[in-house]
Amino acid sequence: MIVYILCFVLFLVGIYGAITKRDLIKIILSISILGYSVNLLFILFAYRSESIYPILSKGKEILPMVDPLPQALVLTSIVIELGTTAMLVALAVRLFEKYKTFDITQIRRLKG
Amino acid sequence: MHKHEGMTLIVKTVTRISVWMILLYGTYIVFHGHLSPGGGFAGGVIIALALLNVLLAYGRNFVTEWLSIKFLHGLESLAASFFVIIGILGMVYVGYFLGNYLSKGELFNLLSAGTILPLNIVIGIKVGTSLFIVIWFLSELKIDKGE
Amino acid sequence: MPVEIWITYILILMIIASIAALEIEDVLSSIVAIGVVGLGVSLCFLFLQAPDLAIVQFLFEIFALIILVKAFLGKEYHKTESTKLNIILTIVTIITLTSILIFSVSVFDLLPDFGKPYMNTAQYYLDNGARETGAANLVSSVILDYRAYDTLGEITVLFTSILGALSILRIRSQMKKENSESQNA
Repeated sequence: MIVYILCFVLFLVGIYGAITKRDLIKIILSISILGYSVNLLFILFAYRSESIYPILSKGKEILPMVDPLPQALVLTSIVIELGTTAMLVALAVRLFEKYKTFDITQIRRLKG
Repeated sequence: MHKHEGMTLIVKTVTRISVWMILLYGTYIVFHGHLSPGGGFAGGVIIALALLNVLLAYGRNFVTEWLSIKFLHGLESLAASFFVIIGILGMVYVGYFLGNYLSKGELFNLLSAGTILPLNIVIGIKVGTSLFIVIWFLSELKIDKGE
Repeated sequence: MPVEIWITYILILMIIASIAALEIEDVLSSIVAIGVVGLGVSLCFLFLQAPDLAIVQFLFEIFALIILVKAFLGKEYHKTESTKLNIILTIVTIITLTSILIFSVSVFDLLPDFGKPYMNTAQYYLDNGARETGAANLVSSVILDYRAYDTLGEITVLFTSILGALSILRIRSQMKKENSESQNA
């Protein structure tokens, strides 16, 4: 139970950063923290005690294994996260070129 | 001009030897995706990191002589379309999209598991090239700033 | 030591590192702190019997660190001094999020205990996966055989996001080139 709550605390730290920070770099970092915590919570739900990884090996008896389905889903989610991070970094760099600042309030003021 | 680009001679010499080992390891991870942990995603990132190692150690101009970015773009698009082609062939042979129509083979053999091995290879090429292209364009930035 | 205690320690470390990443002023230090969080996630995956995910998370973390360092390091930008409104916003946010945490603790009682999941669909994959697909790695058989359609969608998302990043960066470099040409002329 305590691990679920700690994972939720990590999620709330990410939300805190995304709401209060005005620096674009900090916002990108907090979005990646959100991603980490969600992925970890998914795998925490799937864990079954006293069982091994879901990979068969030669000449070994079949033991109880953990659930392979959440692992497959999280594997795709991690890759997509990297794509979004690259996209956000490119956008931030482009905004820096135009406005010479990472502060989102400044960027809003200079619009139009 | 090339001599002054990139890092020192020690780094370049070590890179010249180690890059091939890293590439070999990435290929191993891709090809054994259906037997051991790893697979197309992990192996593709290792291949991209090996190319990035060359880019950081030798500089952009050296890499431009050996690799054309247009070629990488073509490889990426080709890999993405091969994924769909394998899927449509499954429709022809088995009756549904991405069906496993090749022979299953024997468990624990390298050539087994039907379409999983070709799909792993295709994903490895796709992920490796696309991530390297992003790093390529981001590294252009640094040169721009120096001017 | 049981798995749960290890994971508790790693999660506490990760929470401290993420707060540090958000509050440190220096850009390089905060990027390194986010690296601690990502590698902690990788370690947790290893304890939770997911070696596939641990490898992928480790490699992608390294890649994300290189992207962030290459893009953001060395940019001199002016620190924003915090206004009164910003401080009030921060306090209100902390109070709200803390109350959300306190009220949601009782929800976690309804979840299954750690280490005892409800598992119905996946038992089929464990029993028949090796026979039906011929792959020893059952995660691989799920992502590329049973649920290959997911992987196709995921490749499309990766392709699109990388294409978006490239189009943004390429417009910029073309503009730079035109500017320098017009200055030379």
